[in-house]
Amino acid sequence: MEYTVDGKTVPADEEGYIINLSDWSPELAEVIAKSEDIEMDEERWEVVNFLRDYYDEYQIAPAVRVLIKALKKSMGPEKGNNKYMYELFPYGPAKQACKIAGLPKPTGCV
Amino acid sequence: MADGDKAVPEREFPLKLPEFKCGAMEGLEPFRAAPEHNEALGFPGELVPDWKEKAIAYMGELARKNRAFQVYLDMCVKCGACTDKCHYYLGTGDPNNMPVARQDLLRSVYRRYYTFAGKYFPWLVGARDLTEDVLKEWYSYYHQCSECRRCSVFCPYGIDTAEITMAARDILDHVGIGMKYSNEIIGKVHKVGNNLGLPGKALKATLEDLEEDIEDDTGVSVRLPLDEKGADILLVTPSADFFAEPHIDGLIGYAKVFHETGASWTLSSYASEAANFGLFIGSYENMREVALRIRKAAEDLGVKRIVFGECGHAWRVAYSFLNTLAGPFDFLDQNYPIPQHILEYTWDAIQKGKLKFDKSKNDHYRLTYHDSCNVARASRMGDEPGGQFEIPRNVIKAVCNHFYDMPEETIREATLCCGGGGGLLTDDLMDLRIKGASPRMTALQQVTEDHGVTHMAAICAICKTQFSKVMPKYGYEMDSIVSVHQLVSNAIILTGQETEEDDADGAKAEEQP
Repeated sequence: MEYTVDGKTVPADEEGYIINLSDWSPELAEVIAKSEDIEMDEERWEVVNFLRDYYDEYQIAPAVRVLIKALKKSMGPEKGNNKYMYELFPYGPAKQACKIAGLPKPTGCV
Repeated sequence: MADGDKAVPEREFPLKLPEFKCGAMEGLEPFRAAPEHNEALGFPGELVPDWKEKAIAYMGELARKNRAFQVYLDMCVKCGACTDKCHYYLGTGDPNNMPVARQDLLRSVYRRYYTFAGKYFPWLVGARDLTEDVLKEWYSYYHQCSECRRCSVFCPYGIDTAEITMAARDILDHVGIGMKYSNEIIGKVHKVGNNLGLPGKALKATLEDLEEDIEDDTGVSVRLPLDEKGADILLVTPSADFFAEPHIDGLIGYAKVFHETGASWTLSSYASEAANFGLFIGSYENMREVALRIRKAAEDLGVKRIVFGECGHAWRVAYSFLNTLAGPFDFLDQNYPIPQHILEYTWDAIQKGKLKFDKSKNDHYRLTYHDSCNVARASRMGDEPGGQFEIPRNVIKAVCNHFYDMPEETIREATLCCGGGGGLLTDDLMDLRIKGASPRMTALQQVTEDHGVTHMAAICAICKTQFSKVMPKYGYEMDSIVSVHQLVSNAIILTGQETEEDDADGAKAEEQP
């Protein structure tokens, strides 16, 4: 699979996760989101940015619980919860949001 | 090709034979592993040029080395007792998913090259040549078996059908056809120590975060120690317990139980995985390498006991094979089971009166329990036969007021697979996973109708993830699946814990002049 941003092609694996993490850009995130039928807005960007910051520090995506706790602080309890995260990213905050954030897919029994 | 029918199967109880849908799942293939994923496990990166000779020779080698496998290949009389026992057959209607038919995809090739009749009169005995199409068919249908072994329970000869699936996957790996999901994961365990690829620093941060949460919730400081030398107990748990919901709530439950029993315990960043996908791909070497990490962690940390968290096939590997793979464990305290299951630990503490519960904390749940296949059919807990069925139920009943079992023919030894076991918990098999869950969902529907059951508890990371993904397709919320130790965590009253009554009393005291 591959994405096209500004005439440049970015390689991705069979499931749409980009191969080279350094290929990521906000423009690419919009393109990936579109291919997932997701329209990026301020809240979705907040999730994506949090994932990227966490990955920078720990080389892995955060546990769903850690993500939600952080968002509860910034978005408030009515939006910082699991249900709302699945409204933002119907295929799961960890997997779908990671794909848009240009991070590897969390593997294992998750 | 698979017929692309994405519909959720109808739920009718008692479970009935589906209508034949020949070829319904033909050609369904999970993603194949990249060369580097195969090579990291000691397999060729890509299909080797002499695949035919290699595959036939390796099949013979497996049959010679593993007498049980040879017997399973030779002795099936095709009586058909297994046909309607497979959740994937019930869910898909594809006749190749009848256990007897799926196994015959390999048996027919074995007959061709390793039996007298097959060598000289193949057309008489249904023996087939090994071709590239046969390899493709194997790859497809041996990834439509979750190695749950329900069919084996009903086989009058006791043929362990999962062994055939494992051998088929092992043969495929040996000629360079690996499955992405399982092989990538095993490679991560060899490299990082767990299925997730969770580095030590991230694990530490996650555990600290959980300690903070528990203290916020209860007012009690409960530790989740990591790499603490000299601790008595090493807890080995699936890495999903550090990451996913509802798994992580179970981890909090283990920590609270250890805290309340005054145990000295630790997790290990080196052996931060209980799961052992080496079992799923039938690779003894990989299974051993994963198991040896646990031994090394136990030795390095100087622990006296090893306890396993809630993970189905991990408990099978631990209970049945750990000593062979990584023993002898003569350096551990011989007064305790080696290894021990967290449910044995918790049930023992409950029986000794060490834990206090407020069962009403789980009153918002009406529960049933899903026996995980590898625990139910391949292991035991406690000292009594059937302990693996009774102990989890005893613990649930000790912490919950409303518990109802699903129909007898769908639980305990006859439990139905969640539909995502054996290395099939991958998104590219979602259609199969949804269909394979339908028999379990049908049984659940019964207790929902009869007793108003709202939630199902499980003790396997795969089951928990699978159900949280597929239950919404069957009209349940994604959080209708819970960890058993999540229920323990909800109900346990820690010594010194602030309760709602305390808060109310405190507020009253403040009001007084």
